[in-house]
Amino acid sequence: MISDLQRERLAHRRSRSRRSTLIALVSTVVFAAVAWFTVTSSPGWPRVRRSFFDLETARRSLPAVLDGLWLNVRVLVVCEVLILVLALGIAALRTLRGPVWFPVRVLATGYVDLFRGLPLIICLYLVGFGLPGLRLTGLPRDPVVLGSIALVLVYSAYVAEVFRAGIESVHPSQLAAARSLGLDHGRTMRIVVLPQAVRRVLPALLNDFVALQKDCGLISVLGAVDAVRAAQIASASSYNFTPHVVAGLLFVLLAVPSARLADLVSRRAARRWGAA
Amino acid sequence: MSGPVLSVRGLVKSYGADRVLDGVDLDVHEHEVVVLIGASGSGKSTLLRCVDLLEEVDDGQVLLDGQDVSDPRVDADVARRAMGVVFQQFNLFPHLSVLDNVTLASRVVHGVPRERAEREALALLERVGVGDKARAHPDRLSGGQQQRVAIARALAHEPRLLLLDEITSALDPELVGEVLTLVRELAAQGRTILMATHEMGFAKQVADRVCFLDRGRLVESGPPEQVLGEPEHERTRQFLRRIVAAGRLV
Repeated sequence: MISDLQRERLAHRRSRSRRSTLIALVSTVVFAAVAWFTVTSSPGWPRVRRSFFDLETARRSLPAVLDGLWLNVRVLVVCEVLILVLALGIAALRTLRGPVWFPVRVLATGYVDLFRGLPLIICLYLVGFGLPGLRLTGLPRDPVVLGSIALVLVYSAYVAEVFRAGIESVHPSQLAAARSLGLDHGRTMRIVVLPQAVRRVLPALLNDFVALQKDCGLISVLGAVDAVRAAQIASASSYNFTPHVVAGLLFVLLAVPSARLADLVSRRAARRWGAA
Repeated sequence: MSGPVLSVRGLVKSYGADRVLDGVDLDVHEHEVVVLIGASGSGKSTLLRCVDLLEEVDDGQVLLDGQDVSDPRVDADVARRAMGVVFQQFNLFPHLSVLDNVTLASRVVHGVPRERAEREALALLERVGVGDKARAHPDRLSGGQQQRVAIARALAHEPRLLLLDEITSALDPELVGEVLTLVRELAAQGRTILMATHEMGFAKQVADRVCFLDRGRLVESGPPEQVLGEPEHERTRQFLRRIVAAGRLV
């Protein structure tokens, strides 16, 4: 039951959207073709293809690289959990008010400043080679454990700041409402502030975890046989860089579901908050 | 200028299965003040949002000085320049000073040099009674002052038509008066105004015409003393009885 006028408008909108889709499609195809042609017609392309994109080498190195990737995934999961807990603790400490908590705040702030500023690779060297160098009994010597410690130290500092931003974005009136009901600071945080804060910063959190996913490959510098290290070993025996490309592709594939999950979560959060 | 400034023809707007506007016809002539009344959810705000092209209409037309601005071929950004809107929640930009809020459209959209835009804006702020707050940020102002700044912002580019969407609903009772006084002045200056309001007493004083909306339909329209005094339709009478019972009609 719509007027002819509206029917004509809808037809116009449809034809316009068809046209935009067509333009997008054509321009994408043209761009891809130009890029492909530029690369494949370059003078060095045959050599590059042999040493980076050799299918036979890729096939042979895949099992070892996949094995290594499984180690990366396990490191990732354990680190993520530890980082969440540690970061949340640091963020909570940083938001404490009052002179009594001054030393705690200073410590937490110092931690964040130190580990956000320290390049990850240097932190890996210090923890991975420095800690065992102390020759203390009871300290871990496994490069996987040491690498994970370094990752947790650095990433906790970043994630703590994300949490803090979320906590501070919750309007003070929410605190007032919670305190007026008789909730103490801890309960106010846990029941009222954090659930709102976490929802708000979920996209940023997931973003940090996608970054962590690939930085897990850096534990290879300590000698842990992960995907990157396995690729290095395969390259050394075949004089071909293709295994590195294989490892790189696998990391990308690993990141895609996380990225889509991040999109999905932020869309759902936006919908829920939009309705409120 | 012979025809109406604004002409709404058979306007339909749905949100999902909910038909918020169900074929509304309405004309607003030059220098006329038309007041929309009705219960919340009757479609007053949606009608104003459709007129300002903030919502895509599902059927019908919005004609501005005879031009169909609801046509998808019309540039909505250009059409909106002929209108000024004041929102219920003020919607001032919190990161800009009062002066920058008012001069923003003049400078960015209409290309007025900053110096001239600020001179005009200061005069305008003086007229709405917040000249001394020009350099402050909106959060330093009271609700009534913020709303007067929002009115100044809407007036800054000399709109043909002023749309006011329940502009006193978010204000403390003692601040309502200052904003309504300002609207009364604007009406006396011959501005063309379409406004939604719950202030029946004010509607009675300032309106040339009152329109009663109910469930997305324009039920009754006429001079205020008729629609508010001797309404023809049962629905209008029911609505007014509830308003009187709530003590909002003086």
